[in-house]
Amino acid sequence: MARITLDHLAHSYHSNPQGPQDFALKEMNHVWRQGGAYALLGPSGCGKTTLLNIISGLVVPTRGRILFDDRDVSTLPTEARNIAQVFQFPVVYDTMTVRENLAFPLKNRGVDTQTIRSRVDEIAGLLDLTRSLDQNASGLTADAKQKISLGRGLVRPDVNAILFDEPLTVIDPHLKWRLRSTLKELHRKLDLTMIYVTHDQTEALTFADTVVVMHDGAVVQTGTPDELFERPEHVFVGHFIGSPGMNVLPCQVDGATAFVDGVGVALGRGYPNLSKTGRIELGVRPEFAVLEAHGDGLPVRITRIDDLGRTRIARVMLGDRPMAATVGEDSAFDSDRAVLRLDPARIHIYADGRRVDGEGAAA
Amino acid sequence: MIKPVNQKAWFLVAPVLLIVAFSAVIPLMTVVNYSVQDTFGNNQFFWNGVGWFSELLDRSTDLGGRFFDSLGRNLLFSAIILAIEVPLGIVIALSMPREGWRVAATLVLMALPLLIPWNVVGTIWQIFARGDIGLLGAAVNALGVDYNYVSNPLHAWITIVTMDVWHWTSLVALLCYAGLKSIPDAYYQAARIDGASRWAVFRTIQLPKMQRVLLIAVLLRFMDSFMIYTEPFVVTGGGPGNSTTFLSIELVKLALGQFDLGKAAALSIVYNLIILAVCWVFYTVMTKADAKAGAA
Repeated sequence: MARITLDHLAHSYHSNPQGPQDFALKEMNHVWRQGGAYALLGPSGCGKTTLLNIISGLVVPTRGRILFDDRDVSTLPTEARNIAQVFQFPVVYDTMTVRENLAFPLKNRGVDTQTIRSRVDEIAGLLDLTRSLDQNASGLTADAKQKISLGRGLVRPDVNAILFDEPLTVIDPHLKWRLRSTLKELHRKLDLTMIYVTHDQTEALTFADTVVVMHDGAVVQTGTPDELFERPEHVFVGHFIGSPGMNVLPCQVDGATAFVDGVGVALGRGYPNLSKTGRIELGVRPEFAVLEAHGDGLPVRITRIDDLGRTRIARVMLGDRPMAATVGEDSAFDSDRAVLRLDPARIHIYADGRRVDGEGAAA
Repeated sequence: MIKPVNQKAWFLVAPVLLIVAFSAVIPLMTVVNYSVQDTFGNNQFFWNGVGWFSELLDRSTDLGGRFFDSLGRNLLFSAIILAIEVPLGIVIALSMPREGWRVAATLVLMALPLLIPWNVVGTIWQIFARGDIGLLGAAVNALGVDYNYVSNPLHAWITIVTMDVWHWTSLVALLCYAGLKSIPDAYYQAARIDGASRWAVFRTIQLPKMQRVLLIAVLLRFMDSFMIYTEPFVVTGGGPGNSTTFLSIELVKLALGQFDLGKAAALSIVYNLIILAVCWVFYTVMTKADAKAGAA
């Protein structure tokens, strides 16, 4: 049980890194609260597995420190850190039964047989593995094997954190939600820090109370699923989270109005301190851009409407910029001309990719 | 459903049948033919029934004695080289580098002995181990050990076993190395997290994952060592006395030395059956293991 602190942490796989482009993980500071359920979300190659391996001790960081509570563990080997890790592909010891698999970490640490027995029974109960305890582990399904990998972590009572490296990759879709709810339940019961690496936003948003979004070796935003959705701090977060992603349009801002290709958009907030040189963009999620046949709004041309069942998503052109928008209920369109109503409070302005706070109350 | 019948399809398999007939079936039948007859030359053959076989399998006859003695030597030889080459091959495979330029270098060096023609291997060791001019033999003698593989049966055996280990351990090591390379990193990482000792990693991860290639390695090495001919023939010629006369050498002596075609044919067939039987056992074990792994 511990709070995990990353202090000026950076890692490069080059032996002699020259500049930031050589770093798989750019310098970061972060605190993982004891007992938190975190998701580390980002596309493949963004450095999330590297970060995970640094925490578990499989990789030694080039720079910076890792602290468990106040103890510096940067150079401690994995086995001394009391970390459990579940990998993308289930790892079971083929020649052993499920019981022997679960007992293995304790046996290696010289725990007495009686304790091992009770502990294994307890964990098997939690994971619903009791019935297959004496089966050979190699004959089980992928999700059962993944539970064994997890169980080998849980069986140690003093484990500091459990790290998951895309653990549901090889699990059948219909079993995914079951395993995921098992994880959530365990998190509630056991007060463990869990860090869950994934590139799947659904997995991240349903599992975690705090999502850490990574892009290109750096953390771009840390927040609750709601925060990521409502206030993406970076255009990347806007794109990556949500389906379809946020609309991002280059614009000029004058006071509380943005101009996209000469068309004015009311912002509800003023941006007096915006830099004049950088790239200025306007971001609005399709959920807050409603398409209607008539009324006030931006004139757009409809190219396609997708019926997703619960909602309808329209692909439209604002001038020659493509956008996605929600179609208002009961809206019917008799031509490809329509208007787009944007919720001014939900429009964000980005300078060089980063969100800028506006001044004044949202309208 | 009506299956179309087309007898012309036989023409498609005809070439294979023809090749197999001339390369295997007809020569083998010739041997079978010899094994039940006796000949005194002049292409005159006399029916002998299973006479040669009963003589071969009877230890008290000259032929039977020679057969069982050399069979015993073959089995002992195979047992010794398996007992040395398999563990040694595993150890070498475990200590081979995993990445970088050293991998290529090691692989090339390891493959070298495998690329040398067998009679050249024999010649190399025949000279290398000579007590008068051979580097190894002379060095051992200079150290005060009276080593002479030409006159001492034990020394002859040591020489041949050492030669075989030098020649073939690479094969076992390379096969094991391939098996080791196929183990995903996650297994080692999980083992580290589980606090497994080096020995536990070997026993619970590496050995089970190497099982298949090891079985193949044992099969190949058993077959090859059981059929060994060229190298001992070049190095010792089967001597001193008969101490390194293996089945294959015995066979050549019978067939080409004494022209006892009937005895040699009977020996060939029995020799062949032994190898087939062992092959079958290995095959069964392997397919069983595969079926088990497949079910997993």
